Amino acid sequence: MSIEVRNLSKQFGTFAALRDVSLEVHSGELLALLGPSGSGKTTLLRVIAGLDVADAGQVLFQGEDATDQHVRERQVGFVFQHYALFRNMTIFENVAFGLRVRPKNVRPPDAEIRDRVHDLLKLVQLDWLAERYPHQLSGGQRQRIALARALAVEPKVLLLDEPFGALDAKVRKELRSWLRRLHDDMHITSVFVTHDQEEALEVADRVVVMNGGRIEQVGTPDEVYENPASPFVYEFLGNVNLFHSRLHRGRAWIDGIEVDAPEHAEAEELAATAYVRPHDIEVDRVAKDEAALAARVTHVLSVGPIVRLELIREDSKDKNPIQVEISKERFRELQLVRGDQVFIKPRRFDLFPNQIH
Amino acid sequence: MSTFKQHSILPGFNLALGFTLLYLSLIVLIPLSAAFIRTTELTWEEFWFAVTTPRVLASYRLTFGAAFAAALVNAVFGLLVAWVLVRYRFPGKKLIDALVDLPFALPTAVAGIALTALYAGNGWIGQYLEPLGIKVAFTPIGVFVALTFIGLPFVVRTVQPVLEDIESELEEAAAMLGANRLQTFLRIIFPTIFPALMTGFALAFARAIGEYGSVIFIAGNMPMVSEITPLLIITKLEQYDYAGATALAVVMLVISFILLLVINLLQWWGRRRSALA
Repeated sequence: MSIEVRNLSKQFGTFAALRDVSLEVHSGELLALLGPSGSGKTTLLRVIAGLDVADAGQVLFQGEDATDQHVRERQVGFVFQHYALFRNMTIFENVAFGLRVRPKNVRPPDAEIRDRVHDLLKLVQLDWLAERYPHQLSGGQRQRIALARALAVEPKVLLLDEPFGALDAKVRKELRSWLRRLHDDMHITSVFVTHDQEEALEVADRVVVMNGGRIEQVGTPDEVYENPASPFVYEFLGNVNLFHSRLHRGRAWIDGIEVDAPEHAEAEELAATAYVRPHDIEVDRVAKDEAALAARVTHVLSVGPIVRLELIREDSKDKNPIQVEISKERFRELQLVRGDQVFIKPRRFDLFPNQIH
Repeated sequence: MSTFKQHSILPGFNLALGFTLLYLSLIVLIPLSAAFIRTTELTWEEFWFAVTTPRVLASYRLTFGAAFAAALVNAVFGLLVAWVLVRYRFPGKKLIDALVDLPFALPTAVAGIALTALYAGNGWIGQYLEPLGIKVAFTPIGVFVALTFIGLPFVVRTVQPVLEDIESELEEAAAMLGANRLQTFLRIIFPTIFPALMTGFALAFARAIGEYGSVIFIAGNMPMVSEITPLLIITKLEQYDYAGATALAVVMLVISFILLLVINLLQWWGRRRSALA
């Protein structure tokens, strides 16, 4: 089932959690809402679920207005960050809850409930825990039970609020790929909230980057990582180096290096910032041309296939360290140690005019 | 001894345990056993006669019956008060929260006099009840009213923190799964607060059984009708019948102990079912 939200706004006191947010979730896709805390991602999810009511705007399921529909009628499955399992019930009863509370005329018979619950517990690979209580389970197990419980009522849409937020790194990674496989099998329209960019980029079909109650960018993981639409997205997704720049009539000067900037043809003497990913910086022992900046190696981290260097500019007032990533082979070729002088050159970059505050 | 001892950051297990035992002995066990010892002055026949006269039996019925009814009413309405105090925000909430403790702090005699003045035939409330044929003061109903008054804080104060601990997420989860409000309350919230509610009930009940000060003013103390057991004990003491008084005390003690034990068992059962232990 597709979801559409139109012009949602939501205010908590003086804090604007959502500002005129519009978004479409395609049927069967797995969408990530990514952003720092306070960006409005959880509020957006809760408004879609019907747990919060927006001040303005609409929520549509499959093209039909569901804005005023009660939580119970939306047929939405919801998974909470802290599981919210019913601690007075066994795992079996937790999963069966949604079926047991149905009105008599639509409630499946006991035998069917039993079969359905066991099928779901098998799906989350925890059918051997049916008679345990939630407090006897680990965090990862609890979250899988919470998912099984949400799926028991056969929701049209699955919403997950920071589903792996309370788990440790290893369990998190396992569950992440498990969720991806599960979604590939079930194709249920799913939206999950996360502040972990790696999680969003790895799991989701599309990523929605949010900031300050607004959507900054929507796109596939590749699109948002490779072509960030704004400085915020650049800085939020992965590491990035900032260079002071100047724009003038289609030309740009990145810390003195002159380059073409055709997309800024109308710019007149504009202060700007160049955003460069650590792996988009070339490093050399000697300056191949004038368009290279001298720097000194202050730190080398050579664990793993990627070697990370920290450099300080030599000929500039800008003494912020520059992060560079090069391959192990390149690192062996250059034989760099701390204190060496190198020349660097941005290979790929994006220029954004500075915001006038 | 060392097998009981567990490693702890804070030292002083032996000292603390020793002090606890001594303190409990001095304050609770020795005075109580004195009551038992005093009754040995009576023969079995005398003891049995003293504790089973019709007037005494009537007083047991009133004391335990009214205390049970009052505790039951407090369990229901105390839960309601706790619910309102935890769930809603309204002006004057802090004041109402403080008012709940008033029955704790007020001298019970004051409470008794105040209630009597209110419910007497010419009192503020009594004057409207009397034409309806309802007499509260100087009847068993009056006893029940006084016991309800003094027991309220116990239920509110035990249920309140547990209710505060229930995450709103649990209710949201239940709603998302299609449960209506009644189902959410009966299946999720009530099982969670049940042990605390039982504790509050037990405390209110125990307090009501032993209550004396507020009751004697409003009860009218008519033999066979509105006379509570603690009053009978005092009456016997005033007649220098110390052994008879302690005999009644022992009976009350044993019944109270059994009742509290039963409530504790219920609580343990409830807690096991809600798997909080």
